Amino acid sequence: MIRLIVNGKPHDIDVEPDTPLLWAIRENVGLTGTKYGCGIAQCGACTVHIDGVATRSCGMPVGDAAGKQITTIEGLAQNGTLHPVQQAWLDGDVPQCGYCQSGMMMAVAALLKENPKPTDADIDAAISNICRCGTYLRVRAGIHAAAAKA
Amino acid sequence: MTYMPKIDRRAFLISSAAAGLSIGFNIPFEDEAAAQGAPPEVNAWVVVKPDDTVVVRVARVEMGQGSLTGLCQLVAEELDCDWSKVTWEYPTPGQNLARNRVWGNFQTAGSQAIRQSQKYVREGGAAARIMLIQAAANAWKVPASECSVSAGVITHKPTGRTTTYGKVAEAASKLEAPKEPALKDPKDWKIAGKPLKRIDTIPDKITGKQVYSIDIRVPGMLNAAIKDCPVFGGKVKSFDAAKVTGMKGVKKVVPVGETAVAVVADTWWHAKSALEALPIMWDEGPNAKVSSATIADMLKEGLTAEQAFVGNKQGDVKAGLAGAAKTVEATYAYPFQNHATMEPMNATALWTQDRCEVWTATQNAETALAVTAAAAGLPPNKCEVYRVHLGGGFGRRASSHDYVQQAVLIAKQMPGTPVKLIWSREDDMTHGRYHPITQCKLTGGLDKDGNLVALHMRLSGQSIVANLLPQLLRDGMDPFVFQGLNPGGAEGAIGYAIPNLLVDHAMRNTHVPPGFWRGVNNNQNSIYLECFMDELAHTAGQDPLAFRRKLMANHPKHLAVLNAVAEKIGWDKPAAEGIGRGLCQHMGYGSYVAAAAEVSVSPSGELKVHRIVAATNCGHAVNPQQIQAQIEGSFVYGLSALIHQECTVKDGRIEQQNFDTYNCMRIDEMPKVETIIMPSNDFWGGVGEPTIFVAAPAVLNAIFAVTGKRIRSFPLKNQDLRRA
Repeated sequence: MIRLIVNGKPHDIDVEPDTPLLWAIRENVGLTGTKYGCGIAQCGACTVHIDGVATRSCGMPVGDAAGKQITTIEGLAQNGTLHPVQQAWLDGDVPQCGYCQSGMMMAVAALLKENPKPTDADIDAAISNICRCGTYLRVRAGIHAAAAKA
Repeated sequence: MTYMPKIDRRAFLISSAAAGLSIGFNIPFEDEAAAQGAPPEVNAWVVVKPDDTVVVRVARVEMGQGSLTGLCQLVAEELDCDWSKVTWEYPTPGQNLARNRVWGNFQTAGSQAIRQSQKYVREGGAAARIMLIQAAANAWKVPASECSVSAGVITHKPTGRTTTYGKVAEAASKLEAPKEPALKDPKDWKIAGKPLKRIDTIPDKITGKQVYSIDIRVPGMLNAAIKDCPVFGGKVKSFDAAKVTGMKGVKKVVPVGETAVAVVADTWWHAKSALEALPIMWDEGPNAKVSSATIADMLKEGLTAEQAFVGNKQGDVKAGLAGAAKTVEATYAYPFQNHATMEPMNATALWTQDRCEVWTATQNAETALAVTAAAAGLPPNKCEVYRVHLGGGFGRRASSHDYVQQAVLIAKQMPGTPVKLIWSREDDMTHGRYHPITQCKLTGGLDKDGNLVALHMRLSGQSIVANLLPQLLRDGMDPFVFQGLNPGGAEGAIGYAIPNLLVDHAMRNTHVPPGFWRGVNNNQNSIYLECFMDELAHTAGQDPLAFRRKLMANHPKHLAVLNAVAEKIGWDKPAAEGIGRGLCQHMGYGSYVAAAAEVSVSPSGELKVHRIVAATNCGHAVNPQQIQAQIEGSFVYGLSALIHQECTVKDGRIEQQNFDTYNCMRIDEMPKVETIIMPSNDFWGGVGEPTIFVAAPAVLNAIFAVTGKRIRSFPLKNQDLRRA
C-alpha cells in the first residue's frame, strides 16, 4: 500500500512502487484529468504539482511521490473558484481539443507561483508542453492575462 | 467511478435501472423520451426542454477545430433561440442507421463539417422555428403570421401575449415539418457570423472533467496493451503467453488478427508491463528489406517514368519548354509524417454473442460502426459506437479505424467483459497512417521577357486513395494527388494561368500505409508550386509578387488573399536588416489562403520565424474567432512539419518512436500571427486545414530571401541553413 495525498485527500492504493505516478493517479486514484501523452516526460500532458513544483508524472515512480502533496488539474480550483489560470483560459477561449490543456495549465500555474509576472522570454524558457492544435498564442496571452490579475 | 459520454447519460440512467446488460446504451431517443418523459425532439436536429434549453444534435465530431460551435450557431441562428441556452449532443451511428441517416454524413474530415452540412442543419433550425411558432399560434388560435419570435420567446403581435419555446415544444413536435424552409440571408445573421466562444470548453476542458475516449470507464472494464508487428505487412510467428500470465493483474494474452498480440489486465500499466516482458517472434516478411533510401530511389525513378496520370493539361508543355528562352528545373521531396494526436489511439469495446458496443474517438463514427460490426461478426444494427470529443484528429482518426478493429477483436475473446485498448505513444508513432511520401520534378520555361510560358510538374509517390479508398480511383488514377493543382472547380483550383501546363503523377506506392494528414496532398503541392514560382521569379529577375500577379488576372479570389498579405506585411517596402520575406497562396477545401512570413537565420544557421500574416477567404465566416484560432494553429501544425518532422524507414519499420525523435513546435518557436479573415460571402469553404498549405512555402521563400538558400528537402532540421 502506498499513501498518496492528492488534492488534499489521502488515497491508500495497492500499487507497485515503480508504477509511474501518472498511471497511479489515473487508474488507482481514478482522476483522469491528468493525461497520458508520451510516457517519457517529453510532452507535458501529465504535468501535476508535487509539493508545488510542476512535475511530469509519467516519469516519476509513484513510490517517490508517497506522502507528498500532489495537486492535479481537478484540484487547481479552490473552494469552487477557478484558479486565475483557468479563468484566463476561459476568458481567452484557449483550448481547442483540450487534451494537452490540463498539463499546460498546471505548468503555467507553477510558473506564475515562481514568477508572478513572467516575460515572454521567461515563458519560452519555462513552458515546453506540446499542443498539437497549436494554441500557443492564446496560451501566451492567457499567461499574461492571469499574471495581470494576480 | 464511472465516466460516460455526455449523450449517453440519460440512456445510462434508464439502463442502470433496468435489468439486463450492464450497460445498455441501445435505447433510441424516442423510446428513451417515452420512458423518461424526456423532452421530445422538435425535429432530428433540435430538442427543446421545458426550461427552454435547446439541445442541438451535432453529427460532425469536435476534435479542436471548433465546428461544433459553428454548427450550433447555424442551427440557433435559424431557430432564433437564446444562444445562452444552447447545448448539444452527438447522435450515434446506430441511431443514424436506424433512422435512415436522418443526420446525414458523420465524416469529419476534409474541412467539410460546416461547408458540407450547413444547408441541411440550417434548414433543421428553420423548420423547428416554424413548427414552434405554429404550435404557439395553434394554442392561441391565431394565425402563425401574426406571431414573431426573438431569442426563443414567441410573441403574438396584435395582443402582446408571449410564450417560450420550452412551453410549446411538445406540441410542436407533433406537427408536420415544413419542407425546404426559407433560410435567412447571412447579412441578417445575429448568432452565426459572430466571434462567439466555443461551447465545448465551458467548463470541462479547463477543469479536467472533460471525458476523452481514453478516460472512459465502464463497469467491470479491463485494460489492454498491444504490440503489432513492427514491419507493416508482417505477422506474428509465435508468442509465449505462459511467461507473463502469472504477472500481477494479467487476465489474458490474446492474438489480435494475424499481426498483433495483446495483454489484457486489470490496469493498463499492468497490461503494458506484461506486454514488455512477453516473448514474441515475428515473421517480418519481405518488407523488412525496405528503407528510406530504397523508397527514395523508387520515387526518383517515377520522376522521369514514361507512364503518368494527367491531372491538369493546358496547351503543349513540350513545345512550350522547347521554345522557351530559359528553362529552370528543380526537384523537391516531402517525407512521411505522423499525425501525433495528443491523445493516442484507443477504444473500449464490449462484445457479447448478440451485441457489440464501442466507446471511442473517431472522425467518422459510421465507419467505426461498420468496422465494429465486421470485427464483431454481427450485423451493424446489433452494434453501436458511442463517441466523445477527440483529443486531436488531424485525419488519423478518419484514415483508419485499426484501433477500433483491434479493441473489438480483443473484446471478442473476453465475452461480456468491456476492454479498453490504449496504444502507447510508441505504438502510435510506429503504426500511424502517414503523410504520403512524394517527390516532384518541376521544369519551367520563361520567355525572353521573363514570363512563365510553360510548366511541367511531375509528381511521383504515394496515393492515399489507392491504399484506403481504391473505389475512388479513376482508371487507376488518384484524382486527389492533384489537390490545389486542378484546372478548376470549387474544391482546389490552381491560381495561375500558364499557357502550357502539365501536372502529372507517377504513382509509386510503398508498404508504409498512408493516411489523410491535415491538409493532405495540398501540403506538398503548395510547397512544390509556390517555392518553384519563387525560383522562377528570381531566375527571371522579377519580384515574386509581381511575377505571380501577371499570371493571376483570371483568378481574382486567389489574387485577393495574396494581395492582402502583401499589403499588410509591407511588401512594397524593404524588410528590416537581417530579415527575409516570403509569400505564397493556395486554394483548397473550397477556401483561398495566402501567407507572408518574416524570418531570420543566425550565423550558426538557426531559424527564427518572427512574423506571419495570413489571409483566408472561406466564403462565409461562421465564427471569425474560431477561424482565427484555426489559422494560428495551422502554423503550429504546418511549421512543426516543416522544421522538425519526418518518419524514416529502416528494416521496414518506422524509426521514430516518440516525441524525442519526432519533435513538435513548442511555444518558444511560435511566431506572431496576424490574421486577415476576408469572406466574400458567395460560397462555403473550409477552415480547419487550408492555412496549413501556406505555412511552409511562405517560410521557405523567406529563408531563401535572407540566406540565398533554396531548401528542397524536408524537414529543415536536416538542413544547413547558414548563408550560401
